[in-house]
Amino acid sequence: MHEVIIIGSGPAGYTAGIYCGRAGLNPLLIASSVEAGGELMKTTEVENYPGFPSGLQGPELMDAFRAQAERFGTEVLLDDVIEVDLAGPVKIVKTGGGKTYEAKTVILATGAAYRELGLPREKELSGYGISWCATCDGFFFREKTIAVIGGGDSAMEEATFLTRFASKVYLIHRRDSFKASKIMQERALNNPKIEVIWNTEVSELLGEGKLTGIKTTNLVDGSTRTMDLDGLFIAIGNDPRVWLVENQLTLTAEKFIQVEGRSSKTSLPGVFAAGDVIDPTYRQAITAAGSGCVAALDAEHYLSNLK
Amino acid sequence: MAAKNVTTATFQADVLDSAKPVLVDFWAEWCGPCRMVSPILDEIAGEHADKITIVKVNVDEEPALAQQYGITSIPAMQVFESGEVVKSIIGAKPKPALLADLSAFIN
Repeated sequence: MHEVIIIGSGPAGYTAGIYCGRAGLNPLLIASSVEAGGELMKTTEVENYPGFPSGLQGPELMDAFRAQAERFGTEVLLDDVIEVDLAGPVKIVKTGGGKTYEAKTVILATGAAYRELGLPREKELSGYGISWCATCDGFFFREKTIAVIGGGDSAMEEATFLTRFASKVYLIHRRDSFKASKIMQERALNNPKIEVIWNTEVSELLGEGKLTGIKTTNLVDGSTRTMDLDGLFIAIGNDPRVWLVENQLTLTAEKFIQVEGRSSKTSLPGVFAAGDVIDPTYRQAITAAGSGCVAALDAEHYLSNLK
Repeated sequence: MAAKNVTTATFQADVLDSAKPVLVDFWAEWCGPCRMVSPILDEIAGEHADKITIVKVNVDEEPALAQQYGITSIPAMQVFESGEVVKSIIGAKPKPALLADLSAFIN
């Protein structure tokens, strides 16, 4: 039986790995088979992670996190958790690879998943003009007209990044101001290829087999508009990934895993949570990393009291 | 078993004229999810070599092939049978999900 199993491999998961590893707990970290490294694997330049004054690439940062966790004995498993049973003193974790693991404690750092627009045919057109990953797909939109939906840092970053390829980028947002950081907003607003369309939401996806455009609705005056587009990048936020545990742990009203005060303690003993899956507010690499550290220290403390 | 790299020059012989179904993995170095799915495809290729061939197209080096097959998102995996695309899989998926998508060709 493992002392601790960490589920998730973003900044929270790997930081928990570093701290549990240094505590001599030989953690097993289940990283996912195709999304190991988490959301930062899809970003480009990370400029706000302290300690890297010149910035670095998201994947580069996550490779460093992983190497640091492995250095102290974290075993990283590229598999997907499909089922957990957290209620008893022995926590059971099953993977898509067909393995079952047992542990005294579990740290949940499952992060958040991209939010969908919720429009008909969104899934069907994904990969055929609709994209969830600007760094993967920007290349295919050279000299094309595209739109980015959203108003946060990710939307600003994607729109700015996509101007390397596209001839025109519309940035469509529901409100009359962005919630993105000032520096990211300015970069987007000052980019001559980006045109912001305020107070507007996408009401329909157009095209058969491949996206050819969208219909939008102005939320102030109700007017509609049809736009021809080659591509649509959706960056309207994330939802905490709680499906594994939603019937076992107490969630908040917003469907995040509920933790006790500033700790990582969930509603079950020996189960801790960290990172974006508990954080409706800050959701930064550095806050997730800090939260992973808290979870590791809480798990270590819990284990020492079992003895 | 590492998948063979195909180019515009070899696409006809390696993919379109193949007697067996061929899965073409459109990928690029700068695509994180492509790098994650690549070893899974190599495993599947090794386990089902009698049923399906798996090859790779680097879209950076072969933009014309990517364009010809309407690729706008990677990783994109297209299965060819008798020169026709009979199945498209978009995005990196865990091995059990890929095996389910490919069940018609490997069982």
